[in-house]
Amino acid sequence: MQIEQISTKEEKKQAQFLPILKRKLSLLGSEMKKNKLSYLFLAPFGIIFFTFYLLPVIISVFFSFTYYNVLESPQFIGWQNYLNLFLSDDLFLQSIKVTFLFAFITGPISYFASFFFAWFINELPRRIRAVLVVIFYAPSLSGQVFVVWSIIFSGDQYGYINGFLMEIGIISEPIQWFNNPEFIMPTLMIVILWTSIGAGFLAFVAGLQTLDQSLFEAGYVEGIKNRWQELWFITLPQMKPQLLFGAIMTITQSFAIHDVIVPLAGFPTTDYAAHTVVSHLVDYGTIRFEMGYASAIATILFIVMVGSNVIIQKLLGKVGT
Amino acid sequence: MVSISKRRTPNRSRFGDLTNILVLIGFAAFMALPLVFAVNNAFKPLEELFQFPPRFLVRNPTLDNVRDLFALMNASWVPFTRYMFNTVFITLIGTVFHIIVASMAAYVLAKHQFPGKNLFFNIVIMALMFSPHVTAIPNYLIMSRLGWVDTYNALVVPAIAAPLGVFLMKQFMEQIPVSLLESARIDGANEFIVFFRVAMPLVKPAWLTLLIFSFQGLWNLDGGTFVYSEELKTLPTALQQIVATGFSRAGAASAIALFMMIVPLVVFIISQNNVIETMSTSGIKE
Repeated sequence: MQIEQISTKEEKKQAQFLPILKRKLSLLGSEMKKNKLSYLFLAPFGIIFFTFYLLPVIISVFFSFTYYNVLESPQFIGWQNYLNLFLSDDLFLQSIKVTFLFAFITGPISYFASFFFAWFINELPRRIRAVLVVIFYAPSLSGQVFVVWSIIFSGDQYGYINGFLMEIGIISEPIQWFNNPEFIMPTLMIVILWTSIGAGFLAFVAGLQTLDQSLFEAGYVEGIKNRWQELWFITLPQMKPQLLFGAIMTITQSFAIHDVIVPLAGFPTTDYAAHTVVSHLVDYGTIRFEMGYASAIATILFIVMVGSNVIIQKLLGKVGT
Repeated sequence: MVSISKRRTPNRSRFGDLTNILVLIGFAAFMALPLVFAVNNAFKPLEELFQFPPRFLVRNPTLDNVRDLFALMNASWVPFTRYMFNTVFITLIGTVFHIIVASMAAYVLAKHQFPGKNLFFNIVIMALMFSPHVTAIPNYLIMSRLGWVDTYNALVVPAIAAPLGVFLMKQFMEQIPVSLLESARIDGANEFIVFFRVAMPLVKPAWLTLLIFSFQGLWNLDGGTFVYSEELKTLPTALQQIVATGFSRAGAASAIALFMMIVPLVVFIISQNNVIETMSTSGIKE
């Protein structure tokens, strides 16, 4: 009896479901027709973006469930790549540790430094401002120039840092900055921070130019007492879009550190002391040609980044309150 | 109006201003010194490049490295101006179209309401987070399916829809007050005019910034994987070929590093001046 009732209920639901779906779809259709113009604006970007950015990601995620050595067509192997990564690849676990260390230290420092540099610079007269913006952004603009750090941190006594430290008597023997596992991380972090005043910084500089000046005037009247109160209650709330942009750019950069390491500390690094997730991925993808495995690594990294993005967005919601 | 900059701004102490300047000078030195060193390297004669201990500043500046570079350029398979043309061409076309296409998309994502808009924007952001090292192969497969391998298309078209541009522009477009757009619409402007005449001028600092990102990326674009005809190769590819020929090219290599940096730096300085200039005139106001 009861079962019958439930089943008729189910049937009723199903019977209602189809027309509702149809109605919703037609509503959506008319809604979309009404917004034809919006889609027209979006179309050029949307089409190219889908073809060259989204589709490759989808294909990569598909590869992550296959064995694919680029030469033969991919073979479906289910979750095997993921299982191997977490159960039998010690180096992967090591690389996760290194990546988190890089991300948690260089990420926040670079984010706050970018913002405060932009904010401090904004206080200065116009000419000086322009010069300082150029100086701070120049390292990001300079492409491969960061390689000069290999001379500055050169491992013999002729390196600048070693020479200086030995002369003032702090150390008696030269330190192998980029080869000694004890020093490799801090040394690389300095170089990474040097190159990291980038997209976020420029967005902050531009964002500070588009603030509504009348709010500041109102703030003076309302009794904002010093520059820090002004920053928290007036500047930051207006800058939320830029703050979010900077945060996401910082996440994508600091979790994807690899390219800076190779010319300085080699590949792989001594004892894998600075082996990041991306290093691991490049190792499998472009050296061993195990694209399936490399794609699985990329997918995991992707999930980690999306997760941190959610957390950061929550934190940014608290700004100005 | 009396010039605001002359008046002492409220909420600022002299002590704070001073600390501010000192902090900035300290960090500016940290940022600038390695670059000064790199610039000096480009003018060092070979014996100074390999001198121990290395000197920070150049002693006997020479243009040998630059001359060496030009000599190598002239010895290349196709005229060197061809590489130069390729890079300038894809940089200009790519940057102009990227700014227009990305801004149009960002405009509707920020200021129109339509089904699927949030989903679309979230996908754009997430696309920034997937490792390009892995997507390179699917990308190549797609290019070859389209028959675009070894054409300019393979270099320019993807750059036009870089997700970074839409993200940046949307964040700035969000700050435009709707009332400004509405009043233009009431005056009878269609959406294209509202976009080009009202929205874009208001976010000038944003697209001047995007111009840097796009220019920088395309100028340094090494199209090596998609383009193999010598006539289509870009400047960075050609320069890498020079450096790869060996140790004796160390001088030329440092000249190259400097040379590749100069053009984006000039573009950057010009556009930054404009970004900072716009402040007094077009702070977004209702």
